[in-house]
Amino acid sequence: MKAIVCVKQVPDTSGKVAVKPDGTLDRASMATITNPDDLSALEAALELKEQTGCEVVVVSMGPFTAEGMLRECIARGADRAVLISGREFGGSDTFATSQIIAAGINKIGVGPEDVVFCGRQAIDGDTAQVGPQIAEKLHLPQVTYVAGIKKEGDSLICKRMLEDGYMTLKVKTPCLLTCIKELNTPRYMSVSGIFECYSKPLEIFDYPALKDDPLIETDTIGLKGSPTNVFKSFTPPQKGAGTMVESASALVGILNDKHLI
Amino acid sequence: MSEYNFTDTAAFHGVWVFCEQRDGVIQSISYQLLSEGRKLANDIGVELCGVVLGSGVEENYLKALGGYGADRVYYLDSPLLKDYTTDGYAKVLCDLVKDKKPEIVLIGATNIGRDLGPRCAARLHTGLTADATHLDIDTGKYVEFLKESSSLDLSKQKFDYEDRNLKMTRPAFGGHLMATIICPRFRPQMSTVRPGVMQTQEYDEAAAAKVVVENVPVELTADDIGVEILEIKKSAAKMVDLIGADVIVSVGRGISSDPEKGIALAEELAGVLGGVVGASRAVVDAGMISSDHQVGQTGKTVHPRIYVALGISGAIQHVAGMQDSETIIAVNKNETAPIFGVANYGIVGDLFKVVPQLIAEIKAVQAAK
Repeated sequence: MKAIVCVKQVPDTSGKVAVKPDGTLDRASMATITNPDDLSALEAALELKEQTGCEVVVVSMGPFTAEGMLRECIARGADRAVLISGREFGGSDTFATSQIIAAGINKIGVGPEDVVFCGRQAIDGDTAQVGPQIAEKLHLPQVTYVAGIKKEGDSLICKRMLEDGYMTLKVKTPCLLTCIKELNTPRYMSVSGIFECYSKPLEIFDYPALKDDPLIETDTIGLKGSPTNVFKSFTPPQKGAGTMVESASALVGILNDKHLI
Repeated sequence: MSEYNFTDTAAFHGVWVFCEQRDGVIQSISYQLLSEGRKLANDIGVELCGVVLGSGVEENYLKALGGYGADRVYYLDSPLLKDYTTDGYAKVLCDLVKDKKPEIVLIGATNIGRDLGPRCAARLHTGLTADATHLDIDTGKYVEFLKESSSLDLSKQKFDYEDRNLKMTRPAFGGHLMATIICPRFRPQMSTVRPGVMQTQEYDEAAAAKVVVENVPVELTADDIGVEILEIKKSAAKMVDLIGADVIVSVGRGISSDPEKGIALAEELAGVLGGVVGASRAVVDAGMISSDHQVGQTGKTVHPRIYVALGISGAIQHVAGMQDSETIIAVNKNETAPIFGVANYGIVGDLFKVVPQLIAEIKAVQAAK
């Protein structure tokens, strides 16, 4: 039995964000972190490992520099890692990305008891699309917005959040879950984990390793092949600044004059 | 795929809106999307269709979709479609798309729409834009939109005014940039659309009477659905009604030094103004307040009469969610905070000192009335 966890290295958009003059993001000048929802996915997999003794495999698609993040995932308790990396994959939209990651997961192999864990969405794209699209490509049932998981025989009982409540769903393995931060509190790296993380296996799947997988269409991956393209990107205009007010009483005076309070 | 060819763009016609229902009640996002879809359909002279999947949805609900712009409603009824399941809904919706070939499919970016949309787009072999906040087909209208909403120098840009692609604009990179996405090679063009952004048109009684409701037979068995629903619970705790609020007092990272006190002050200020408490993403992500308070990209889009931003720096994603508020008041320690760029009134200062003064002053004014 395996728990396969999809993780993404993302620019820390909660910090200072640098935009280049051409309107694109200056990624080089920004710190990177492991996507927060993905840490909840990893934690869920590690909890499953504690219950069942399953193997935890972390998978990421990204540049070679993502190895550091994958080593951190191992230091948190994962058993091995796979980095999907290739120039041909760069610039992929969610459709293209999901084919590539699905092909990578196919190569790892999804057994009858296995569970694929993803974060709900990444903080750089905020699409929440790659998880369900991987599930579709792999023909796995999916549960998104997962805030609770209980294993029962060959099924998982999942709490799926809605805006106005939640659903309790029963899904048989193999399946794919997308996790939200309410699911758990991710653990830190352990000292022994950090000590051992470079001695555990990390495989690289490049373009030649995946291109013959039936899930990959070589003409719909990468920047050129992706179904969607960025037509324009821009920053909003600066609005004219409003009135700066010196004190609370001056502000309340204005609000009163304008009948706003 | 034999007859269904997703690259034959000329074979696809019409604008569709997936109209979400819960407990047999059409969700308000559906009316927003139909109103927007109506404009798009008019621009290219095609039919606007609402698609409803459910069980025993009342005729008057289906007819009402015409009142918000639909020319035609496809209704697919099955006990298996009563409550949302990914597998059931994706199969039925994809089969219908393959049969009728719409050029555009719009889905509300709710927790259900964001589950259904990507599953369908992957199956239909087409692109999907997430959480769009603005849609255009007509290039002239798109250029007008850029004039108003971007800092681009349009004199240096060339546009193809014959272009018929759907231009889907959304905040990107945590809301620090806006991006317009197109899907030129494949059909349908699909987008999820953020709730609360598109304005609902006035209900048109005559159009509702004219709408064609077509009952489409459903080919779906229990074996098609890989997930079993054990229970559906409405949350007992009252959700914060930010979208309908008259006054919103929102807190941001500025409360970090003492979140409890910061939120208590916001609640007290909201209390005297007759409003509710909102929050920025940073505060929600840090677990200081529950996510139903969140204003902005992954939260809610609001336009209250008064919006008070306390200790909020004003990232684009937050601003996108509140900039249409009638009067915006910002309190921030940092005089260069971008929030002051959208605020009508700003006070540079520590919210922990300013807010108690505001509360006292407002109470004094109210007492004098």
